[in-house]
Amino acid sequence: MTTVSDALERDPSLPDPTAPLTATGNLRRRAAVSRFIELGASAAALFAVAMLGLVIYEVTKQGLSAVTSSFPDFLFTNPSGLAGGGILNSLLGTAVIAALAALIAVPVGVLTGLYLTEFAGPHARSGRGLKLVLDLMQGLPTIIAGVFIYGLLVATTHIESGLAGSLALSIVMLPLIARSSQEVLLLVPNSLREAADALGVERWRTVLGVILPAAIGGIATGAILSIARAAGETAPLLFVNSIYNPDATELNLFGHGVPSIPIFIYTNFDLPSQEAVSRVWGAAFVLLVCILLANVAARVLLARTRAKMRS
Amino acid sequence: MLYGLCALAGLLVVAVLADIIYQVISGASPAISRFGLNFIGHSRWAPNFGVFGAAAPIYGTLLSALIALLLATPLGIAIGLYLSTMAPPAVRAVVGPLVEMLAAIPSVIVGFWGFAVLAPFAAQHLEPFLHNVLGFIPLFGTPQSSGASIFTAGLGLTLMVLPIIAALSRDLFLTVPQELTDGAAALGATRWEIIRGVVLPSTVSGVAAAVVLGLGRALGEAIAVTQMIGDGAGIHSSLFLPGVSLASRIATEFNTPENPLHIPSLFYLALILLVIGLLTSLLARTIAGRFDVARTLISS
Repeated sequence: MTTVSDALERDPSLPDPTAPLTATGNLRRRAAVSRFIELGASAAALFAVAMLGLVIYEVTKQGLSAVTSSFPDFLFTNPSGLAGGGILNSLLGTAVIAALAALIAVPVGVLTGLYLTEFAGPHARSGRGLKLVLDLMQGLPTIIAGVFIYGLLVATTHIESGLAGSLALSIVMLPLIARSSQEVLLLVPNSLREAADALGVERWRTVLGVILPAAIGGIATGAILSIARAAGETAPLLFVNSIYNPDATELNLFGHGVPSIPIFIYTNFDLPSQEAVSRVWGAAFVLLVCILLANVAARVLLARTRAKMRS
Repeated sequence: MLYGLCALAGLLVVAVLADIIYQVISGASPAISRFGLNFIGHSRWAPNFGVFGAAAPIYGTLLSALIALLLATPLGIAIGLYLSTMAPPAVRAVVGPLVEMLAAIPSVIVGFWGFAVLAPFAAQHLEPFLHNVLGFIPLFGTPQSSGASIFTAGLGLTLMVLPIIAALSRDLFLTVPQELTDGAAALGATRWEIIRGVVLPSTVSGVAAAVVLGLGRALGEAIAVTQMIGDGAGIHSSLFLPGVSLASRIATEFNTPENPLHIPSLFYLALILLVIGLLTSLLARTIAGRFDVARTLISS
């Protein structure tokens, strides 16, 4: 005769149904490995952010004291000698060189982007070749741009100039602007092009009246980012625009070297005097603030453009 | 009309790249005809004696870039994984742009920071530690007091390569179809098993392309390396001694030639750098091209 308790007797080969629902054995090990990896990945992200923080912290700490100890003269006077004065001439020079570089690279870059998306067709051989060329150009070390302009202009005329510097920077900017314009233009809905085609509008009027206005925000974002990138570049300027009077303002780009902040930092950073290095930290701080602000502005612009395109 | 302008701009881009290659080759031609390919294997560089060889800068370039890649590849992929599969959306929206911002810092500032902060730190803490623990390997020789070394240059390059690998691999991981990861999760895979079994295998060639792009950046960086590597001469086994890279030698000596063959020899170094740059871009494209094929196979 069987009793109730016998019927409830458990088969010992089955898992215990009353066991708590926590991982044991192999599953526990697998969960632990997974958690370990997650911890490592979070630590890596933390490390990157911490390094960014360390660089910004040091530049701000050292640079802010240089800027504020003689504010606003640091921004509004030229350097005097190895350690005195401010960085006005380099600041203005960088603005002018970068502006001319943008004047050269932005139209060519945007037109190249338009060629890739509006005229070459997605599978045309010319478009694919051009994309390859842009990739190769973007992959070139930036010092090659300086060596190239040296060979093209400086070696023959023996004159360093702001123009040569701008040309070298425009080579750095060109592939960045072309590829970013191309990517933005690809985001413009095809229905816009088809609607214009259906109305019998010519392709060039479609581009000028419909496609460019829709993409202008994104194109501007790419332009700002590449200008910020080029304004901080040193290597392209090193052989074509680094000989100038360090204490004078020179904004004539033709036939003269024009001062710039990157070259100022590069030629002064290892001077033995404390005051001279403090001035370099100040210059680095001003450059970093300008570039990070440009990056933030570009990001905001991009977010707004994306929102507009979606609606 | 507009078509003409656009085509002209495209032609101009192609012409510029062609002219870059032409100018570098023609600038280097006196050195090429004088030294030939022996230039690459010759380790002595003495401009005042007219002796030029590229072996030492090639060695320094490869070694510093290798250090940077060894550190930045695992870190970058881990950050990419964190941002694409683990971080809460709010964290992702903040940390992602911050990591990318690391790439926006001008190289001259990274190099200055490396010279002023990183090099002393490496000389006083990192290098003595590595020397004590791994000193039996010749790579980890006696540290120098300045800290300017191939090792420090490699650390600085890590910071510049890291955001490239991290951002690219994050974008790749985000393209992995949700059904695939959901399927693995439904089979009871842990997050790491999903990553190892689904996410990484389906993006591996893209990640490899990102690493190659980072390598190209590290091999070609001029200014930051010049500021941190210490402008040493010759080939030494120790990472902690000052060294020289292709780009740093060009940056240091181009404005002060001491010999008629000096500038052509520097152009020759630039030509090697140019070839390396073109090859890494082509390699990255080739690998990424295979990746595109793999992706369409998976999603179809």
